[in-house]
Amino acid sequence: MLDRVLEFSEALREAGIPVAASESIDALRTLDHIGLEQRTSVKEAFAATMVKSGPQRTAFDTLFDLYFGTGRGPEALDLRDADDDPVTAEQLLEELRAVLTGGDPSAMSDIARRAVAQLGRLGSSSREWYSNYEVLRALDLTSLLGRLSDEIPDTLSATERQILQDELERRAREFKDAVLRETRRRVAEHRGAKAVASYAVQPLPEDLNFLSATADMAELRRAVRPLARKLATRVAMKRRRATRGHVDLRRTVRHSLSTGGVPMEPILRHRAPHRPELFVLCDVSSSVSRFARFALMLTHALSAQFSRVRSFAFVDTIDEVTRFFEHEDFLAAIDRMNEEALVVSDDGHSDYGTVLERFLDHYGADVGPKTTLLILGDARTNYRSRKTEALRELAAKARHVYWLNPEPIYDWDTGDSAASEYAAHVDDMVEVRNLRQLEDFIATRL
Amino acid sequence: MTGQHAAGQRFSGIDDVAARLEAAGYLSDDSIATVVHLADRLNKPLLVEGPAGVGKTELAKAIAQTLGFEMIRLQCYEGVDENKALYEWNYKKQLLRIQAGQGAGWDELSEDIFSEPFLLERPILKAIRSKEPCVLLIDEIDKLDFEAEALLLEVLSDWQVTIPEMGTLHAQQLPFVVLTSNNERELSEALKRRCLYLYLDYPTTEREKQIVLQRVPGITETLAEQVVRVVKSIRELELKKAPSIAETLDWASTLLHLTITTLDAEAIRRTMPVLLKFQSDLEKAKDHLKIKEP
Repeated sequence: MLDRVLEFSEALREAGIPVAASESIDALRTLDHIGLEQRTSVKEAFAATMVKSGPQRTAFDTLFDLYFGTGRGPEALDLRDADDDPVTAEQLLEELRAVLTGGDPSAMSDIARRAVAQLGRLGSSSREWYSNYEVLRALDLTSLLGRLSDEIPDTLSATERQILQDELERRAREFKDAVLRETRRRVAEHRGAKAVASYAVQPLPEDLNFLSATADMAELRRAVRPLARKLATRVAMKRRRATRGHVDLRRTVRHSLSTGGVPMEPILRHRAPHRPELFVLCDVSSSVSRFARFALMLTHALSAQFSRVRSFAFVDTIDEVTRFFEHEDFLAAIDRMNEEALVVSDDGHSDYGTVLERFLDHYGADVGPKTTLLILGDARTNYRSRKTEALRELAAKARHVYWLNPEPIYDWDTGDSAASEYAAHVDDMVEVRNLRQLEDFIATRL
Repeated sequence: MTGQHAAGQRFSGIDDVAARLEAAGYLSDDSIATVVHLADRLNKPLLVEGPAGVGKTELAKAIAQTLGFEMIRLQCYEGVDENKALYEWNYKKQLLRIQAGQGAGWDELSEDIFSEPFLLERPILKAIRSKEPCVLLIDEIDKLDFEAEALLLEVLSDWQVTIPEMGTLHAQQLPFVVLTSNNERELSEALKRRCLYLYLDYPTTEREKQIVLQRVPGITETLAEQVVRVVKSIRELELKKAPSIAETLDWASTLLHLTITTLDAEAIRRTMPVLLKFQSDLEKAKDHLKIKEP
């Protein structure tokens, strides 16, 4: 057991969950108080000692199932049963239909188990492999879902139909997850937990397209709002702290009356915090658009921390998009921006030179000593004129200019990238490849 | 370490935790019952994190109630420091003592004014010095400044408070500590390591239905089911503020008061502001549920 727990801790660390040695010990100590035969209790106990945030829990669950879900438990017995029990895709579909339309949800994992055993096997018996993709293809879940939603009776109101539809989709998602879990469990049985752990937490690219490419996007979007809230707290706290140390004499004397005229507590002056004006210039060409969207969402979510936020989108020409974000809903704002903003006038390839020049011509007058300019883009000019002098002029007018580059540093200056040439004229060019780096930048620089 | 939790009142096992919490009006699940059981056995603080309104504070109250302990609560906010969390010297009283004792020697006086009668207990010190076992709830710890968080470390790992003028005070009885966080900011590793971590998320439809049935007396099972199904659908949208359990309960009682027995589009439209507090969220939900304005 000790070895297993230590291996498990190691796997968690590799998945990015920092588990200290003392936490592994705590996890082992919990076993004194919990029956080993109660698998869910052990799982919860380990989670309580090793996991430290909600999102880590998903990775923890995946790995726990790999390291402790297999072996000589009752599940190993089921495994053999499932192999011996030939079912056709049609039979499974029939059962699945019952579960999806409100049957007993506990039957779902059983269906998943048999489906993987019968439909998911790949390769020869010596090199056995299982694929959740195969299972889902054989079952053709999408067309089953289509049929089931057609079957929702028209006599119900639109609202009721929508709720049924949501439930259908939710159960289908659960089934897909169950199939994925079962697939991993099977592979772990044959290849060892470690082999699966190395890719299970971050799915294979080919799996990603099918199952999680869209889910991934939604997850990132969901991460934006809590992140923005956290950042707002941090930025606000930083500003507040910066005002410490100036004594408000009048209020200190007034307050000292309660202690017989002895000023025991100095009262500090509240200074109106400095709120910079933020101009965000976003490259929204296809290569970096995803990044640009998150950056836009995040800066607008933080708009209360700035006296004004104005945003501009560009590809080969630039347009102001602030008006879309005045509307509260980010997603709608992004959609409208994509449709309505005038960002392409030529061939749809980024043209930093023209864009910088146009920005200077049209909006340059608004850039002043209170303005912080944020440029988001990969600085790939498609071998067009770079017009660094336009950037230099902007930098001279603005308080700060930062450039966030979504490319890895080692790719800067390769090919048509003008990274260091532009970097020479801005306060700093920062590599921002993920939400974490974006968060760091906003928290420390703005 | 001096104390132990009072004998006879401790939980005897995971099932016992679940049963007793339920008797106190709190429906737990595997995860909650296991972690509470462990916190009790291992004498470790319990850090509960999750979205607002999923019953974090309620859990602490239910634990206090079922164990028959007093609950001492420290509500955190920005600017809480040791004077508000641990202890404070009553300096007004000290000043009076100095003025009243004109002529007394310095040694005698300083000994006197830094003693028991001049000490103001704040929640944490109170919990540490309590003769009876208690539940110490440190609520919304994420609102605390980063520096102030360190104040808690000594208490949480060694169950003691050090007052420079008086020495170190050890716990008489180990308090059952529950910390809650809405995850407004990342808590420090040091703090998290000392605690058992429990992430409370929105409940499953089945559990939420049970909660509604238990907390909204008089509601029919059909209505409760309809309510939680609608709420579940709404929670899947990307909203500014997803409806919490507390709001589900409010909504259910609203429906009950309005004597609505079946939830149709019109009933949802009229009562949805109880559930969603932002105009944009309301519109999104109406749009999704295909509810038309009359």
